[in-house]
Amino acid sequence: MLSNLLSGDLPRSRRLTAALLAILLALAFGPFLFPGVRAFSMMGMICVFIILVASYDLMLGYTHIVSFAHTMFFGIGAYGVAMAVGTWGNSFGSVLLGMAGALLLTIVLALLLGLLSLRVKAIFFALVTLAVAFAFLSLVTQLYPVTGGEDGMRVRVPRELGPAFRPLEQSLWGFSLPDFCSALVSGSATAWDDALFQVRINGRTLMYYVAFGTALLVFLFLLRVVNSPFGKVLQAIRENEFRAQALGYNTVLYRTSVVILSACLACLAGVLFALINRYVNPENTLAFELMVFILLMCVMGGMGTLYGAVVGASLFLLAQNYLQDLLKLLVTQLPPDSGLANLVGPERWLLWFGLLFVLSVYFFPAGVVGQLRRWSARRQQNNPVVEVVAKPGSQTLSS
Amino acid sequence: MPTTNHTAAPAGTPARLGASIRQFRDQHPHWFLLLGLMLAALLLMDFTTWLVLTLSGAAMGAMLFLMASGMTLTFGLMNVLNLAHGAFISLGAFAGATTLLFWLNDQAAASSLWLNLAGVLPALLFAVLVAAAIGLMFEWLVIRPVYGDHLKQILVTVGGSIILMQLIEVVWGPNEIPVPRPEAFSGAVVVAGIALEKYRLWAVALGVLVYALMTWVIERTRIGILIRAGVEDREMVEVHGYRVRLLFLGVFIAGSALAGLGGAMWAMYQELITAHMGDELMISVVVIIILGGLGSVKGCFFGAILVGLINLYVGFLEPRLAAVATVGLMVAVLMWRPQGLIPVIRV
Amino acid sequence: MSGASGNPRAALTLSGIHANIDQYHILEGVDLVVPAGELTVLLGRNGAGKSTTLRTIMGLTTIKAGRVRFGDHDITGWPTPRIARAGIAFVPEHMGVFGQLTVRENLVLAAINGPMDEDRLAWLLDLFPPLKKFWDRPAGNLSGGQKQMLAIGRAVIEPRQLLLIDEPTKGLAPAIINDLADALEQLKAEKVSILLVEQNFNFSRRLGQSVAVMNDGRVVHTGSMAELATDDALQHRLLGLGLGAHQ
Repeated sequence: MLSNLLSGDLPRSRRLTAALLAILLALAFGPFLFPGVRAFSMMGMICVFIILVASYDLMLGYTHIVSFAHTMFFGIGAYGVAMAVGTWGNSFGSVLLGMAGALLLTIVLALLLGLLSLRVKAIFFALVTLAVAFAFLSLVTQLYPVTGGEDGMRVRVPRELGPAFRPLEQSLWGFSLPDFCSALVSGSATAWDDALFQVRINGRTLMYYVAFGTALLVFLFLLRVVNSPFGKVLQAIRENEFRAQALGYNTVLYRTSVVILSACLACLAGVLFALINRYVNPENTLAFELMVFILLMCVMGGMGTLYGAVVGASLFLLAQNYLQDLLKLLVTQLPPDSGLANLVGPERWLLWFGLLFVLSVYFFPAGVVGQLRRWSARRQQNNPVVEVVAKPGSQTLSS
Repeated sequence: MPTTNHTAAPAGTPARLGASIRQFRDQHPHWFLLLGLMLAALLLMDFTTWLVLTLSGAAMGAMLFLMASGMTLTFGLMNVLNLAHGAFISLGAFAGATTLLFWLNDQAAASSLWLNLAGVLPALLFAVLVAAAIGLMFEWLVIRPVYGDHLKQILVTVGGSIILMQLIEVVWGPNEIPVPRPEAFSGAVVVAGIALEKYRLWAVALGVLVYALMTWVIERTRIGILIRAGVEDREMVEVHGYRVRLLFLGVFIAGSALAGLGGAMWAMYQELITAHMGDELMISVVVIIILGGLGSVKGCFFGAILVGLINLYVGFLEPRLAAVATVGLMVAVLMWRPQGLIPVIRV
Repeated sequence: MSGASGNPRAALTLSGIHANIDQYHILEGVDLVVPAGELTVLLGRNGAGKSTTLRTIMGLTTIKAGRVRFGDHDITGWPTPRIARAGIAFVPEHMGVFGQLTVRENLVLAAINGPMDEDRLAWLLDLFPPLKKFWDRPAGNLSGGQKQMLAIGRAVIEPRQLLLIDEPTKGLAPAIINDLADALEQLKAEKVSILLVEQNFNFSRRLGQSVAVMNDGRVVHTGSMAELATDDALQHRLLGLGLGAHQ
């Protein structure tokens, strides 16, 4: 049954299975395991980014289409909801209306991009999307009266999804894993009791579970897509577009539908982002840096595996939130204001991540997931497993 | 720029005029678009404004050409897409600014043209050297291992760009740095009652000079023959006994150096620099090389001037739409000529 | 399997060459000797590995096993430019003419040791008159036969010890094939060693001095062309195997 749910595409590595289960459980019971605002908002972001990165992987990993316009669709979703509730009030109706409008715009733009890409070589597509996404960003930044410009917009979410809404009278008990661990380390006798904390269920908790549920469903849906005949054709296009064409597949149609599907899911992620973050601005939805982050998550997690999106998004957001703490700790050990301290300062976390990224493209092109699968395949040599990991060296782009 | 004028063509009847315009459009798409754009702008504003904007646009275009030419050549010759090109623009800007601010501040602050030149020229030279040196290392460490694989090139050069920009912040700090423009290059000259900014005239002159030099190298010299041959068929160049790798390394370094030069010029133009200025300029660079046709220096030059002009014209008419108009121009040209204005690479 | 008898010196010797293209094993132990100063024809049906053999000599495929000796050098694994500068010229099947360059520029590029030698250029233009006619035109505008002349012209604009020529007659009209054969006769007279891949048996019978036949990535026969041209049984055996499609 599980295999059916995962469309027969199992993690194929014991360690990967364990990691995925850990992520699933942590996210499913997150509000009851990790107290604090920071952990809560980070988990929400992980859910949103799983959708965003997995849909990007559909293009990048499964079809080798490099697009830099993914954040544009993300932004359309986010701004769509923000503008809708801003105009028509904070009801579910306006959220739905905003989402519908955003999806419509997304489909039109993705279709145009897809059609444009027919006219140009594959490598152009990356550059064209880069330019188009930038034009969109500048438009949003400039149209102050509509979008709030650089200041962005607050999103007044429906009451049921806000902090004031209390579906339950009494609060529930949570069990704080971080407190429990630190209590264990310090040898406290009352570790079990120390870790207990009260969880108040409010609208934001509900919103978190909406995001979590959507992420889970989208992920399972994408697994189904890539393992369907449609997905197989995509991979055929990736390996050799010319041959796929010769076999009679309308590769243009396939590529365009992938671009549209992926864009729509990014738009959906944007809707969730607006509702969960309750504040959108160009920097947190449209910036080029965000696009690069998506690329990083997708590649480091493992292109063309989908599971890589889950692992990549989780690892990246953890690093973004906690690597800085680690660096801060490190910098206190160094002489202040020295060159070295400059290099490892907490604001330099991106430098190290960039370095890690480049190295991982060279040495682990299949990402975390691909590497874990390779190891487990090597261990089961007497029971050989067919390697279906994305072949990163493929030349589909250059055609 | 000499204006070879199509409106002056013998026009017996409107039909013949239409035919000759159409012929001109197909044979010289770059001139057609450039003149069309200038003419359209002239209809929308008064002459003085138009002239000032045209000069400013040409100046911006000239600087953008410096930045973009390296990227189009690296792509044309070696099929390498270097998305970290913007980082070299930033590098050049910071290197040039450092020279002006800290090492040759006296010359830069003086009020004589020659002293100013003694500050500006070393600044440009230093920008070129820094960008070239980092370009050499970058090709060696980052690009060489991912030859012939566009996907990996895009990934590692995006990563490399992050690293370079972060290193700039490590060295120069995360804040914006003001760059004073030396006096001899500030202000305007008045020609027939129209004030033309000096620095812009200098920028146009430098851009045209570099374009002429590049054209000469590519059209007239043995290196140029090799570059053009390499763009067409790398393997056959090797079959004739030339090490294309070295040729490419040379072109990559030259391209990085030009990006650095453009960055330093831009720094003095804007009088304010940030580590991320390269990222912002990369958009224009990308539009230019697509517009001109990947791999074509001539296309790159015209693309740069077009982008500069449309930015200034639209920026004057409706400032909020400048970026959209730039990208719109690119999309329109792609619809018209999918390979860009002057295609070099065949599929 | 040794080369044609009676040649004191071999221009090129391949021994036990294995080479792959991507994951396909194309050459499976090629042994071949190209005698110095002779024209050797390499025959065999499509896919036998003839073109790959030439490309492998030129360093354009990766050699998995075996050695390539050229004159006094072991050139196994040398990079292509170094092999070219050692004195081997290669005219591939697609000719590799630079279409954006003029005829002159194509020749300038091919003259790797500096400016072209006037006398040799005159001789070459005499050999291939169309090159003179289209001297400053882009080579992309030339006809197929003219491109082939330019390709061969590039290979001989400076003296080379060994020419590798891949199917020069492919797709050309008979009259032009005749011209080409005349030109190759002249080069033969210059005592250049030539290794010619050719499917056209009449053409190769006219030019060839020694012959090697390939099948399935190996050389299965070597000998003199005279012997092959007169021995019907041998011809039949090899033609049945290799040249059936062209008879």
